[in-house]
Amino acid sequence: MDYAVVVIIEVLYAISVLALISAGLAVIFGMMRVINLAHGEFLVLGSYAAIFSNRYGVPIYLAILVAAPLAGAVWGFIVERLIVRWLYGRLINTMLATWGLSLAMMGAFVMIFGNTQTGISAPIAGFTVGAYQINGYNLFIIAMAIVVMAGLYAVMKGTRAGLVARAAMQRPDMAQAFGYNTSQVYMWTFVAGSALAGLAGGILTPIFGAIPSGGANYIAKAFITVITGGASVVSGTLASASILGLVYQIFTFLSTSVVGEIALLIAAVVLLRILPTGITGRFLRNRV
Amino acid sequence: MKLSRRNLLKGSAAAGALAALPPMAIADDVIKVGSIHDLSGIFDIYGKPMDKAVGLVIDEINAGGGLLGMKLEKISYDTQSDMALYTQYAQQLTRQDHVNVVHGGILSASREAIRPTLRKAETLYFYNTQYEGGVCDRNIFCTGVTPAQQSEVLLPAIINKWGKKIYSLAADYNYGQITAKWVQHYAQANGGEIVQTDFFPLDVADFGATITKIQEAKPDIVMSILVGGAHMSFYRQWAAAGMNAKIPMASTTLCVGNEHRVLTPAEGNGIMVAYSWSQERDTTENKAFLEKWQKAFGSTDDLHELAVATYSGMNLWAEGVRKAGSVDRMKVIEALETGISFEGPAGKITIDPPTHHAINDVLLMQVEDQKMKVLEVFPQRPPVDTQAVCDLKKNPDDNQQYEIKI
Amino acid sequence: MKTGREILLTAIVGFIFMFALPLLLSHYTLTVLTAFAILALSLGFVWGYGGILCFGQAAFYGLGGYAFAVAAINTQMPWLGFLAAILIPAIVAALLGAMMFYGRLSDVYMAVVTLVFTLILFKFMNTTAGEAYRIGSARLGGYNGIPGFPTLTKPWNPTDYLYNESLYYFAFLLLIALYLIVRLILKSPFGRALVGIRENELRAELMGYDVRLLKTVAFTIGGAIAGIAGCIFANWAEIITPNMFSLGQSSEIIIWTIVGGAGTLAGPIIGAGVLGYLKIALGENSGLNNFFIMGIVLIAAVLFLPRGIFPTVQSLLSRVSLGRPRQRISRRRRSRAG
Repeated sequence: MDYAVVVIIEVLYAISVLALISAGLAVIFGMMRVINLAHGEFLVLGSYAAIFSNRYGVPIYLAILVAAPLAGAVWGFIVERLIVRWLYGRLINTMLATWGLSLAMMGAFVMIFGNTQTGISAPIAGFTVGAYQINGYNLFIIAMAIVVMAGLYAVMKGTRAGLVARAAMQRPDMAQAFGYNTSQVYMWTFVAGSALAGLAGGILTPIFGAIPSGGANYIAKAFITVITGGASVVSGTLASASILGLVYQIFTFLSTSVVGEIALLIAAVVLLRILPTGITGRFLRNRV
Repeated sequence: MKLSRRNLLKGSAAAGALAALPPMAIADDVIKVGSIHDLSGIFDIYGKPMDKAVGLVIDEINAGGGLLGMKLEKISYDTQSDMALYTQYAQQLTRQDHVNVVHGGILSASREAIRPTLRKAETLYFYNTQYEGGVCDRNIFCTGVTPAQQSEVLLPAIINKWGKKIYSLAADYNYGQITAKWVQHYAQANGGEIVQTDFFPLDVADFGATITKIQEAKPDIVMSILVGGAHMSFYRQWAAAGMNAKIPMASTTLCVGNEHRVLTPAEGNGIMVAYSWSQERDTTENKAFLEKWQKAFGSTDDLHELAVATYSGMNLWAEGVRKAGSVDRMKVIEALETGISFEGPAGKITIDPPTHHAINDVLLMQVEDQKMKVLEVFPQRPPVDTQAVCDLKKNPDDNQQYEIKI
Repeated sequence: MKTGREILLTAIVGFIFMFALPLLLSHYTLTVLTAFAILALSLGFVWGYGGILCFGQAAFYGLGGYAFAVAAINTQMPWLGFLAAILIPAIVAALLGAMMFYGRLSDVYMAVVTLVFTLILFKFMNTTAGEAYRIGSARLGGYNGIPGFPTLTKPWNPTDYLYNESLYYFAFLLLIALYLIVRLILKSPFGRALVGIRENELRAELMGYDVRLLKTVAFTIGGAIAGIAGCIFANWAEIITPNMFSLGQSSEIIIWTIVGGAGTLAGPIIGAGVLGYLKIALGENSGLNNFFIMGIVLIAAVLFLPRGIFPTVQSLLSRVSLGRPRQRISRRRRSRAG
């Protein structure tokens, strides 16, 4: 019984991690049809921001929940203005340019921070479920994933900004005709996605630490989750994160984490074979 | 086929003309030392101090008038943590630079990439890294500790102190696999029991499920043979779950890249390790060495066992050259095979003639407030793992890495 | 007649380069650059002409290397290994390609599937350190890879290894041959149809071409060429590691191709040679981080040279020599027709 509870928490945790690392990418892809392959490095940037602001005296929760997304947003703004905005509508070219950005950021991290893994300790103590100790921070991650997903849904469905953003994405010409500056909308959407990436990096720092090459691990999973999910930002990400996270964690418990990861990858390929435009390309259409 | 043969002839004629150039450029009064390490990429944390150590010994020897009256010159390449570049630069060192000795290589894969090249080119090779053991080749000298040297000291200590049931976590590559076997061997020899061994590829960073599985097995000790940056997450997640207060841990790998300084005291304290060197070892040679390093590079924070082994390896080689009175490869090998030793920061280190490995002092240590506190010194431990399979006195032409059967 | 002249011309240019390059660089360095060039050629074909952006060309490169090593160790006949290095990647590419193209995956989704496929191979190969993972007498070796396999010998003398110079000339001849083969393929009806699909898939389909089959065949050819590159690399390095499957390797191939010029065949080859050399040269005097430089190069290439070095230089040259506008038109027409 205790064991079952522990396994359920670990499964929820795996789903939450996938949802968190994918959220920023999903916003940018779902709304703008832009794939940011430097997304993983944006997360790592968030981690570094959290670690160093914490080291210079910022309280840990502020470091994770404010400094990290702020760093992501500022960097996202710079990247959008300098690189991405020239490439809208050219999916492959944005992928290549942001891949270059990913390599350059990784190289810059090495030059600035060195190749050592750095990190911060989790601010929440472990707790006991029956005979088992559980990482208390896992619960925080699950909670944050729920908050981020609910927040995204609320913003997109319930606020004027969300409405304009969706309009500008679906019919840029019409939005422009109504007097909205679509270029501005694109920019802020990209910044929002980058801030979410930074936030995810900050939240995950106490678990994974920060290492220059860490982005590669994030991007592969995020990319796969988002594409498998399809175009709808919240429902797509949630659906695919749930399926893939469940598959990953079950196989990890049954065997090893490698088998888990390979099972996740195979599940993604199978899903794409059956649903070539992602889960929300077929089901849950026209949801946010 | 006719055409291609003619092309081959033409090509080799052009190459011959080119090859005639470099040897003229070589001056006779310089001994060239090749240094081939990862100075960038994910292994630079190991490689950079090793390369510095090569330079330090060269500067020391040159300041003292050189070797056999000749100055040493360092030729260094950055392999960028890319195995393909090892082969590339080993070729350049032997063909283009005509070095007298090569020090370097970090991962076993990198060593196996360049060992055949250096053997073919008859260039002496020193490999100064802790590794899984078993290399048997008269052209190579290995000065790092091997798993048996560590496990032989570490396992009896932890079993006596903490209990018999051990859960092992190992990096999933050659080193981890072989070390896990030695851990099992010495656990059984000392009345212990390995309840489970899990292997993790080097990029795994999520250990949540593993920590649950460990608790299910209820071991007395967790043995970590985890390697590299991603695996560092294990120690944090372990502490975050509050497990570090419940089950003690030992490791054959933590601290090699100074990982104990990255962990907070709360995360690292109490972990038991065994290596051939510690900053905290209290000998005059070690203190003098730390001062030298501080003076040369401004800080001893990056210094680790592999750099010290490189320092020892360079000195052992220089000792061999002095004894041989020549830089001729075979003469130096024969001189080293007399069982030369060097008294340095890691205590006394002696070449074991039949295996070309090192007889090292092994220190039993415990991590305490980001330092490695020395609990006990086990002097002059032979590389018993490699000794079991390799005898270059009997088979001087042997050339392979044995997988040691236990 | 025209085709014959072009082949002759290409061969002559190829031979000039083959003999001129060793005056600049060592045979040893040139061999690996040639392997890279062959690899880039494979993506140049698949992506530039087939319009299939494969994020996992490294998978076939790695498979070629592993197929060669495993076959060579088991049979002790390296030339059988060479055959395996062509066949196995080709078969795998055919299966993967069929799965993707008959599943009608679109651009981005194809990128994911190829990426995932490479990741699976990479992760799997990294876990094969244990003794259980062996094929015949060849241990897969996990992270450390497979060292010490027999390398290619001269066919007329099985004890005389292709090494250094001879390996270089062998590799370069292969490069010339493969370049010509790809050229001929592009001139064939199959090649023309392929370019037609790249330009407008729907139209090609309506005209009665079996798009799925044609793409699968093109992908298979690309896989085979990448496998040959992997085999050359294995012979050069005398060790293979799972790094051949890595994301970094995949990204390098794409960078070579785009910087050199996707949509041409010479472009990717030049891109691979120049950037491959840059990487080796950077290790000799390390200052800036290599990834950093590669990344900046890629961003700059996408933003400022979207067509790549080779086509840009080509059009600059033809703009300078104003006297030959007719040739430009005919070239453009030819490239559109395939």
